[in-house]
Amino acid sequence: MTTIPTTISPTSNETMRSALLARTRPRRPNAFAVTLTFAWRAVLKLVRIPEQLADVIAIPIIFTLLFTYLFGGALAGSTGAYLQFLLPGTISMTALLVTIHAGISLNTDVTSGVFDRFRTTPIWRPAPIVGALLGDIGRYLLASTLVILVGLAMGFRPAGGVTGVLLAVALVVIFALSLSWVWTTLGLVARAPGAVMNIGTTVLFPLTIASNVFVQPQTMPGWLQALININPVTHLVTAVRGLMAGAASVGEITWVLLACLALTAVFAPLTSYLYRNKR
Amino acid sequence: MIPRTECAIETSGLTKIFGGTRAVGGVDLIVPTGSVYGFLGPNGAGKTTTVRMLATLLRPDGGTARVFGHDVVREAELVRSRVSLTGQFASLDEDMTALENLVLLGRLLGYSWAQARARAHELLEAFGLAEAARRLVKKFSGGMRRRLDIAASIIVTPDLLFLDEPTTGLDPHSRNQVWEIIRTIVDEGTTVLLTTQYLDEADQLADRIAVIDQGKIIAEGTSEQLKASVGAGSVRVRLLDPEQRPQAERVLSQALGVPVHLDSNPAAMSARVSATSEAREIGEYVAHALTELSRAGVAVGDFALGQPSLDEVFLALTGHSTDNPSTEEKAS
Repeated sequence: MTTIPTTISPTSNETMRSALLARTRPRRPNAFAVTLTFAWRAVLKLVRIPEQLADVIAIPIIFTLLFTYLFGGALAGSTGAYLQFLLPGTISMTALLVTIHAGISLNTDVTSGVFDRFRTTPIWRPAPIVGALLGDIGRYLLASTLVILVGLAMGFRPAGGVTGVLLAVALVVIFALSLSWVWTTLGLVARAPGAVMNIGTTVLFPLTIASNVFVQPQTMPGWLQALININPVTHLVTAVRGLMAGAASVGEITWVLLACLALTAVFAPLTSYLYRNKR
Repeated sequence: MIPRTECAIETSGLTKIFGGTRAVGGVDLIVPTGSVYGFLGPNGAGKTTTVRMLATLLRPDGGTARVFGHDVVREAELVRSRVSLTGQFASLDEDMTALENLVLLGRLLGYSWAQARARAHELLEAFGLAEAARRLVKKFSGGMRRRLDIAASIIVTPDLLFLDEPTTGLDPHSRNQVWEIIRTIVDEGTTVLLTTQYLDEADQLADRIAVIDQGKIIAEGTSEQLKASVGAGSVRVRLLDPEQRPQAERVLSQALGVPVHLDSNPAAMSARVSATSEAREIGEYVAHALTELSRAGVAVGDFALGQPSLDEVFLALTGHSTDNPSTEEKAS
């Protein structure tokens, strides 16, 4: 078919020509600068799409309210006493659920082709993932702060004081970052962001429920106790509870940090391998 | 033989296998510097896979490929510093604004924040997107998205630009805008490898065209050479009454002197008109054919002369049409 050539107006054609003169490539950016750029992007998107976060935060807040007022009296004698026990658990739970986001956003980049564009730039290769994980720290801090504020309003009074709470949040963030590598691995393998979401929640829900987040396991059947005791979430929650109550055990904290190390040692290289060999 | 330094792309036996299927089965290409090279083929022909190998995003399973003399596997970094790819699906972050997308990529290429911002504004201005700078990309129309995507590919003007189906899915106006942009880019000295499903597009933009089918190049040459083997144009006729088709077929093939292809639509048919013999008289004897049809009492609903469609090109070159199962494009 014949087509009528519609030229862009001459002026914009001129600006285009001058825009095309940028033929000299700037120096290759250093790894640190690029990683920070990706962290900037992650924070930017946190501001852009807060509803993503709202979905994840709603559950722990609802659980905190529901469990405290529904079962608090029956389980711990009073709602106030139960809240002291429950809140460190829901903070951990919140952060863990938010970690799935790392896999979802990576998978979105892969499936949308943005990732290919990053890969044709001369950047330090792990930067998109490392930067995004750094940016996610903002997400965890925001989520934890919200849950703590709800708790404080309900009467949560941590004996560990500000230091105890800050250390507890720090431990939660470290654990969340380590766990994120599992989801980045999944994010590189899964076919769609929705699949990452489904697999993520399918794994995390039992993991957080079958722990000591809501109740101590003493009255449960032996096999379930055994299961709960090897669940890393249980150890995390115990350590967080200890820190917030100002009575942390070094052993529990060490256990958690070792678990973090193990998760990172297995899944960070796996992510890196999949990333490099992604077709 | 073109000296190696003047070759933007040179491949030999380039091969990629996906789970037992040869997505690309031994492609030999020579693309001279400064030209627009068209890669014409249907979905699943291996266009995208070839481009991704050349852009260092995919490792070949066989053969070699050099871009500006650099091996795409062993010297990937060097290749990456000279090329840019605009993928088939706009590779932009939907949840960021146009400005943020360009600033991000500017940073990744090594600009400072201030430089990246200045460059982003300059490009948005040049591509007529200045007013949409602070709008989220997910709110963009297909044409705007494409333009932004190309802008993102020339933040540092590349020596070789891959454009993977740059106008698929665009309305005619946006398509013309994109063509105009491509022409300007080429004018300024960038070599372009363009994949397309439209002969029309390859004809408009490309100096040379390779036709690819099932991972193999089945024809290569200038647009004129290609058309000489395929036919310069295609006459398409739709009748008001399908009953008259046998009669119309007879009249038309007699008037044009070529066989008439019957469409799956019972009222439609088409014929390729060759450019080789009497090129300047095409219009004339097509008009003659129309007169003959009306003289024979055939009621014509639609009569058009256009370039042969990709399907007709394929029919002429391979004897089969383009609708072979496509498994590759989406997956890679």
